[in-house]
Amino acid sequence: MSAVLVSSPHGSRPNRVDRVMQEVLLALVPGVLAMIWFFGWGVLINIALAVTVAVAAEAAVMRVRRRPIAPAIGDYSAVVTAVLFAISVPPTLPWWMTLLGMLFAIVLVKQLYGGIGYNPFNPAMAAYVFLLVSYPVAMTTWLAPDMLAEHAVSFTESLGLIFGGALPSGVEWDAISAATPLDEMRGKLDQGMLIEEIRLSPLWGDFGGRGWEWVANGFLLGGVYLLWRRIITWHIPVSMLAALAVAAGAFWLLDPTTHPFPAFHLFSGAAILGAFFIATDPVSACTTKTGQLIFGASIGLLVFVIRTWGGYPDAVAFAVLLMNIAAPTIDHYTQPRVFGHTGNRANP
Amino acid sequence: MAAIQSLLRRDRLWTFHGGIHVPDEKALSNGRAVEVMPLPKRLVIPLQQHIGATARPVVNVGERVLKGQLLAQAEGYVSACIHASSSGTLVAIEPHPVPHPSGLSALCAVIETDGEDTWAELPERMTQYAQLDPTEIRERIRWAGVVGLGGASFPTSVKLNPGPDQRIRTLIINGAECEPYITCDDLLMRERAGDILAGARIMHHLLGEPRILIGIEDNKPEAFEAMHFALAETDMRGYTEIRSIPTLYPSGGEKQLIRILTGEEVPTHAIPARIGIVCQNVGSAAAVADAVLKGRPLISRVVTVTGRAIAEPRNLEVRIGTPVSDLIAHCGGYRERPRKLVCGGPMMGFEIAHPEIPVTKPANCVLALTEAEAPDPGPALACIRCGRCAEVCPAKLLPQQLYWHARAKDLDRVQDYNLFDCIECGCCAQVCPSHIPLVQYYRYAKNEVWAREEDKRKAELARLRHEAKQARIERQERERKARLRQKKESLEASPGKSQTDQDAKKAAIEAAKQRAAAKKAAAAKAEETDDA
Repeated sequence: MSAVLVSSPHGSRPNRVDRVMQEVLLALVPGVLAMIWFFGWGVLINIALAVTVAVAAEAAVMRVRRRPIAPAIGDYSAVVTAVLFAISVPPTLPWWMTLLGMLFAIVLVKQLYGGIGYNPFNPAMAAYVFLLVSYPVAMTTWLAPDMLAEHAVSFTESLGLIFGGALPSGVEWDAISAATPLDEMRGKLDQGMLIEEIRLSPLWGDFGGRGWEWVANGFLLGGVYLLWRRIITWHIPVSMLAALAVAAGAFWLLDPTTHPFPAFHLFSGAAILGAFFIATDPVSACTTKTGQLIFGASIGLLVFVIRTWGGYPDAVAFAVLLMNIAAPTIDHYTQPRVFGHTGNRANP
Repeated sequence: MAAIQSLLRRDRLWTFHGGIHVPDEKALSNGRAVEVMPLPKRLVIPLQQHIGATARPVVNVGERVLKGQLLAQAEGYVSACIHASSSGTLVAIEPHPVPHPSGLSALCAVIETDGEDTWAELPERMTQYAQLDPTEIRERIRWAGVVGLGGASFPTSVKLNPGPDQRIRTLIINGAECEPYITCDDLLMRERAGDILAGARIMHHLLGEPRILIGIEDNKPEAFEAMHFALAETDMRGYTEIRSIPTLYPSGGEKQLIRILTGEEVPTHAIPARIGIVCQNVGSAAAVADAVLKGRPLISRVVTVTGRAIAEPRNLEVRIGTPVSDLIAHCGGYRERPRKLVCGGPMMGFEIAHPEIPVTKPANCVLALTEAEAPDPGPALACIRCGRCAEVCPAKLLPQQLYWHARAKDLDRVQDYNLFDCIECGCCAQVCPSHIPLVQYYRYAKNEVWAREEDKRKAELARLRHEAKQARIERQERERKARLRQKKESLEASPGKSQTDQDAKKAAIEAAKQRAAAKKAAAAKAEETDDA
């Protein structure tokens, strides 16, 4: 028998942080496969690089903090941060930017606040925004989806791009890159073009950008898996996507010539990924159910507002970070009614 | 339309927030009939097996006691009598380890049994209780030492006396038995359904004839059937309903079961009687029937001995005071070395250090868990704020916030987050992916709050005493000054009198001087004579 008497419950506990994180990684697989399919090996190289740097940084900080290293690495949280970051950045991002981003995410955003569970901001998104603001060109140069590219970038060519910044011989940037659907839409709208004209470009698929919409479908599949496995609840993803769709729908109904169809907003850019994998990061999101609905809906609205009137083509990272700031306050005012209490809980 | 019909149906069930599905493990022990445990050589009967004051011993060490004889009398209103569970010699009344989470010792009556199991003279049966005064019946239940056998062990007679201005509309008989592994209520319902109903009928009489709702989780179909058959043979059908409720831990919690069966919520800090409901465990109902209809005190109970470390898990009818180690031995001992020995269920029971501790009235289960059943959860990791705890909390609390504030020892904040609405069911800790011992933090915080309130109370008392003392000193000072002033005034008011006084004093002094001088002279004279 154990020497220390421990308080109940006594049975085995099925849930574990590392299993939660492993499930999240598993759920990312379809989307990541779609990304690799459409955008080449760079995606995989970025993931490998980011994971290596993140885990090493986590270990180094734990060592400096004189805390046990194994549990910190073993909970896979740094891996999840790294993968989310790596799939958010362009597949040709220079290696040192990934390194910088991951150091920023793990050392500053996560560990300086006390490590897992204590960070007020989503580390992957903070790192993404940090790089986007610092290196806007590199962070917005995307490869064209496979079927639109004149030249398919091979594995070694990807390595060359990432680690040497060298284009494959005889290939220009234009041959391999293309504007992202959100960029394209935004740029053309700013030029005064109508949606119908813009949609004539071969960049477009059924809902969003060609290729991109399949990436979104992959993440949607993963998101449904997370819901089924009860890793996340429906509150944040549904409220975020619903708010985005409602806002986009309202403007589209008002003027369909200058406002894209709501499905465009959902299936282009990072909306689906953000709704299921980023906004749901439990550490930096709201925890009360009502709070989560407000949190999700606010992110959805902010995404629409920033995409439509803001200075950046995509907005998930900014919207998530802004709502991260608001999360504790929202939680405070949305506490549920406790069993046996009448009316809402008096706010302490 | 169908929805409205279901709303209007009388057997509608409600739900409570959260709750968890845990493997019930009841099949381990519910396969065999209850077996009567042989008489042990020694019985160690704690004098406090209930909530309330320790009972006062009424027998002397060395005395021969009989089965069912009163050993200790209830002291005060909230207390319960303790009886000898077999005949023999009372060899000691001494501290002995008892089943308590603290692992501490408490006063116990130790009986060396004589093997004859002779009954003491029992009070007469109250078969015609409907014609008796309720007070008399309650007094019998109190004498029999009946307490809540579901685990809380609150004296039943107190619960059956809600007071004249409290109308009880519903009596709930709790046969939910939602804790995994435990099957003693299941077996009791299968084997003694008639007695349970008889007890419920007595309570129905005592409480002013409320309706009776019996809740049984749907993982106990045999018990449900048995209760149904038994009910069909009684005259109670007009006001009694047996309801099968979905298996969901902790549906057997008093507040949760009341919610499931009636849709009502017991207000915070209140007892169910406040909303006209009394809830009793099936075991308590059977014990009430024994006390009233047979005149027998509560001296035994059904205990589930289970867990995969036990060779042959089963239910035993055990005399109060039998050592737990005897129960385990009777069930074939250990199959493998247990990692944990628990009194009660895996969700709310407490670990016991001494297998020598005795079975008490609320002890429903002895659980020996293997390494596989209760693996070491490992060190707690940081909270990732996933919120699963809040999803499963049946009290709809925010366990995570409670944890932060309990850990920070912020006793005001934990109370703001309604710490005292926590029923310690353990759902939050069970689902926590970081394996944080949440309930332990809440127990700690509750104890700290109680300790602080106690300190406050003491400080308040000390302050009152100090103030009273200050007031007394001031009053005495005032009174002294008043007396002096009065004297002074009276002196000033009558100077003539004071003159005569002074003359008299002077005269007295003069007289005394003269007496002293005469004495001196006489002494000197005597000395001279001596010298001569």
